[in-house]
Amino acid sequence: MYFYTYDGSFEGLLTVVFEAYERKAWPTAIEPEQLAQPSMFGETIAVLTDEEKASRVWQGLKKRLSATALDSLYYTYLWEQSGFERLIFDYARLVFDSPESVEGNYTAPFILQVQQIQKQVHREKHRMEAFVRFQKTADGLYYASISPDFNVLPLIVRHFEKRYADQRWAIYDASRRYGAYYDLRHTSFVQLENPALTPKQQGKLSPDQFDENETRYQMLWQVYFDHVNIPERKNPKLHLRHIPKRYWKYLSEKQPRLQ
Amino acid sequence: MNDKVIGKLKILADAAKYDVSCSSSGGKRKNENKGLGNAEGMGICHSYTEDGRCVSLLKILLTNFCIYDCAYCVTRKSNDVQRAAFTVQEVVDLTINFYRRNYIEGLFLSSGIFKDADYTMERLVRVAKKLRQEEKFNGYIHLKTIPGASDELIKEAGLYADRLSVNIELPSEQSLQSLAPEKNYAEILLPMGSIKNQLVQAKEESKLFKATPKFAPAGQSTQLIVGATAESDRQILQLSDQLYKGYSLKRVYYSGYVPVSTDSRLSIITEPPIIRENRIYQADWLMRFYGFDVKEILDEANPNLDLDIDPKLGWALRNRHFFPVEINTADYEMILRVPGIGVKSAKKIISARRFAPLHFDHLRQMGVVLKRAKYFITCQTQSLQRQDFDSEQLRRRILFGEGSVRSALLTQQLDLFRQVG
Repeated sequence: MYFYTYDGSFEGLLTVVFEAYERKAWPTAIEPEQLAQPSMFGETIAVLTDEEKASRVWQGLKKRLSATALDSLYYTYLWEQSGFERLIFDYARLVFDSPESVEGNYTAPFILQVQQIQKQVHREKHRMEAFVRFQKTADGLYYASISPDFNVLPLIVRHFEKRYADQRWAIYDASRRYGAYYDLRHTSFVQLENPALTPKQQGKLSPDQFDENETRYQMLWQVYFDHVNIPERKNPKLHLRHIPKRYWKYLSEKQPRLQ
Repeated sequence: MNDKVIGKLKILADAAKYDVSCSSSGGKRKNENKGLGNAEGMGICHSYTEDGRCVSLLKILLTNFCIYDCAYCVTRKSNDVQRAAFTVQEVVDLTINFYRRNYIEGLFLSSGIFKDADYTMERLVRVAKKLRQEEKFNGYIHLKTIPGASDELIKEAGLYADRLSVNIELPSEQSLQSLAPEKNYAEILLPMGSIKNQLVQAKEESKLFKATPKFAPAGQSTQLIVGATAESDRQILQLSDQLYKGYSLKRVYYSGYVPVSTDSRLSIITEPPIIRENRIYQADWLMRFYGFDVKEILDEANPNLDLDIDPKLGWALRNRHFFPVEINTADYEMILRVPGIGVKSAKKIISARRFAPLHFDHLRQMGVVLKRAKYFITCQTQSLQRQDFDSEQLRRRILFGEGSVRSALLTQQLDLFRQVG
């Protein structure tokens, strides 16, 4: 039995794939080092992330898979739910061990599962592209905070860069405690943790930081939202299916009415 | 807050909401000038109203002053409602500030007709022009085309807008004559034809010259009101079919009539026909994505869609001789016609069966709704279900569950009582 640990990065996980093949020692479990429990049985292999080894694995996958399938593997990493490391490993192993392409073989359980995870993560990505609500600050920054179910911030950056090329913006993932900041040229990932704040306050703006017109536009948006509704067609079930309650915290139109 | 714009927004959003189109997809506008926004590919719904509809665009009227008196319309001249008008600058400011905060994908601008068609159209075009040229705005713009507006104005509108639409509203000439006496079909179809020709021309030219200016890259659409007048579903879908084929429309929208008027020219309904509207959309999808001809969906003997079951199941029950379909060998077109199998699962089936013969478990995992599909398919000649039910029995089993014939009849009757009471 082999227990692999790695540093939690995607490159680290790809290095695990490399090491397992090198040793012909197939993992019983793969875990980030800070979470791993020492085991009484079997051998624990602590893998150090190696860019070159990771890149060889990635290039190998690239030769055998389409861009969509490669994306799905990265999406599975960002999914972060228990067992994702093992799933990526099993998928990669199936790809390397099969003489022909395995893509689209939905009869193989983890191929279907990775495809379904891709769909889940993609949906969350799409939701964040929709539900981010920027608030303009006094110094002209458009700021939003999110706490998505999966780690989709790296996936949505490109969309916001293309769209808001002429405004400075920042999106902060309050539950993972890191953000993306665009300065009109590049986007960089930043940590802006303030230890004085509770997790709930983390990354929230207070109204005295707002641009002078910010409250007015939030209010206009609430007015618009209320008046575009057709009361005769009220359909709460459908409404909740489209915006489940856990997303309401982002939405200015779902906050108490401004006066 | 005392703000004129708030008052106007209330009135002019209220007046625009019965236009159901809110699509922001199909555009090709990139943000190449380091300006604001883009409208590429997939649309985004930024919110949903409490009636469950997508909010993607800032959908407003420029004004609800109108010289026309169409009985179905909340903005009609004879209706006693508050009137208001935005200035061009007010619409531009709202659009830009909503867009920058990621509330919307863009603007859907329509208008009541004040003075005359050209005067109104000219103002709509001016908003779009200002957004594109002064604000470097590359987000989505949908402009309503006013029937009777000149060709030149429509052409100019298409240069700035991603989508143009002319609403037909009433599904027959006869209804139009009685409810909207100032309008006629010829006048509505004229701008539609002109937009179509411009679209074709722009496409031809772009093959020759790369720098041809884009003309309404997301195409044109229209809307039909369902339930305000007596047309059957068959008449409505035949009209849509002609519009898709003859005018290459991207979309026909259907709007279940919300009684906004007590005008004596209208049929009396108390609630919007939401289920009927939904079935018509399903039938529209069958025509556009599932390879169905309008004649297969409805005919003289069945002029209206069954409200209890979806139109694909309805077709399958009338055409049992095509079934059962063998999942491992049937072609894509036929698999797509099985009730309970959608476009995505049909594609997965075609892809997966190259690797291994498929079982019912595979289908379930891929997302096939076996509750309906099992009566119409076999997997390696095996069947999950007796196939010898007649269509009426099948309909009952699918609707009310297996073995619940008695309770099903009961529910139906209770339903009848409720309708009477």
